[in-house]
Amino acid sequence: MSHESQAVVNDISKDELVENRPSSLKRWMRLLWRSKTGTVGLIIVVIALLVAIFAPLIAPYQPQEINPVNMLKPPFWMENGSMENILGTDNLGRDIFSRILYGSQISILVGVMSVVVAGFIGVTVGLVSGYFGGIIDNILMRLVDSFLAIPTILFALVILAIFDSGVFTLIIVLGVTNWVNYARLVRGEVLTLKERDYVKAAHSIGVSNFKIIVRHLLPNVISSFIVISTLSVATTIILEASLSFLGLGVQPPTVSWGSILSDGRDYLSTSWWLATFPGIAITITVLGIIFLGDWLRDVLDPRTQK
Amino acid sequence: MNNYFVRRILQIIPVLFIISFIVFTLVFVAGDPVSLMLPDDAPPEAREELRETMGLNEPFVVQYITYMGNMLQGDFGESYRFNQPALDIVLDRLPATMELAIFAIVIATAVAIPLGIWSATKQNTSLDLIATGAAVIGKAMPNFWLGIMLILLFSVTLGMFPVSGRGTAMHVILPAVTLATGIAAEMTRLIRSSMLDSLSQDYVRTARSKGLKDRIVVYKHAFRNSLIPVVTITFLQTSTLVGGTLITETVFAWPGLGQLLIQAVNTRDMAIVQASVFIIAILVILMNLIADILYRFLDPRIKYN
Repeated sequence: MSHESQAVVNDISKDELVENRPSSLKRWMRLLWRSKTGTVGLIIVVIALLVAIFAPLIAPYQPQEINPVNMLKPPFWMENGSMENILGTDNLGRDIFSRILYGSQISILVGVMSVVVAGFIGVTVGLVSGYFGGIIDNILMRLVDSFLAIPTILFALVILAIFDSGVFTLIIVLGVTNWVNYARLVRGEVLTLKERDYVKAAHSIGVSNFKIIVRHLLPNVISSFIVISTLSVATTIILEASLSFLGLGVQPPTVSWGSILSDGRDYLSTSWWLATFPGIAITITVLGIIFLGDWLRDVLDPRTQK
Repeated sequence: MNNYFVRRILQIIPVLFIISFIVFTLVFVAGDPVSLMLPDDAPPEAREELRETMGLNEPFVVQYITYMGNMLQGDFGESYRFNQPALDIVLDRLPATMELAIFAIVIATAVAIPLGIWSATKQNTSLDLIATGAAVIGKAMPNFWLGIMLILLFSVTLGMFPVSGRGTAMHVILPAVTLATGIAAEMTRLIRSSMLDSLSQDYVRTARSKGLKDRIVVYKHAFRNSLIPVVTITFLQTSTLVGGTLITETVFAWPGLGQLLIQAVNTRDMAIVQASVFIIAILVILMNLIADILYRFLDPRIKYN
């Protein structure tokens, strides 16, 4: 990874980056501590992950637990609210707080896994396209152009209209519609990398194309990949919420932040808390991921800063 | 340069072919539309007859060629719900979406330009912090949730704006603001970084050392040059903008292309889906082409080869 690039990073000086190649956790933590937003981002992301993992332990109720005598109760600080349902209940008497905790599992799972799928397709296409060039590159890049011309959400909608939606379908669909950015990024990097001496040397002593791609090119694109995939988890969480909001994402009884929000929309005039809290959960989580991603970009890849 | 644009325009042809192929394949996989078009108690012979007349019994390749042939003549088939040519319905809805998008872009620009310039000229002050903070929050908020919150606050609680629909100027404000927020957030970040870049250039230093007024240096020298990436990237964001209108129109029951499309997807009205995807794709491709041309026009230093 070329840390010696020209750009100057936020509050970390260029010299420090070059000298302190992030080789140990301690150095990483020190770099992180320097960036306030990066630290905040990491804390939010860690909390969100812990919440998702330990939701069954933290949540006071089951997410599907219906309570007909306890419908549409407001949050605890309002009149009629109580500490038993701190964020209130929905039209079926289900506890909003518990639903949001459980919802984080699906939102984060879909966000992360679909980025893995998209990354796998995109990096493979980018490596092949950039390395081989010529007609292969031309065909793959027209494919990329085609995907770019259709808004991701539209593409996902059309596919979800055809196949039954569920968590697994959603991951695949969001992966298949989101790989283009990775392909473009990796291709661009490979185009410069393949002119480097070590790649030419490997080629001249008869190392196979496959080995050159996997051993010499792939490791060099990983850090840029990490940066955009982090930021991409944020946009995918929003995308999943949008699709679930439109009724084409996860199906009941599975809950995600988007589906809770969608349920709450019909009770907007009487029970504002139903649609408000899941949105806050999404916004804070996405904010944390953006902060963390921006920090990673500054540290890992100063060139993409612009 | 002319060569570049000729090649650039020629590249659009295979792209449109690939898109048509993807869309056709998806619809093909989606299965039999006959069951949607006829009532449940229709006799099997009637179904078979309709299938035959629609050419659904032909092999995939034949169907695709017929489909392409019709499409090149502007025929995307008929919507089974409206009993009208799909393309007509789609084009009918386009102005409403355009109206929303244009209002949103105007609002976004009006907010983002001053915010971006201020935060760049006053880098690391509290004003900068507020502007960049607002931008990042605007980016983190899901569009549809912001829309719902605006309805909750301004329509339900304060009663200032209508909850949904299209008609008066009051109707367009909330959906346009919703759609504008995401764009403004991205634009502010972009203008800020582009301005910071321009402000550190030699010509700005020269202008300052000549003793020019700060205002002139900022607006005349730095801002004009920092507009180049801003304008082109804004055009390149058409795809995101269209994606945003899909959701925003649904939240506000805005009778545009987005709302039509979501309804079409839910009712599996595939003729409408195909026609809208295609129209949107052409729109996005055209905007990207304009971005390319503008880029060249705004910055004569750029040479294409």
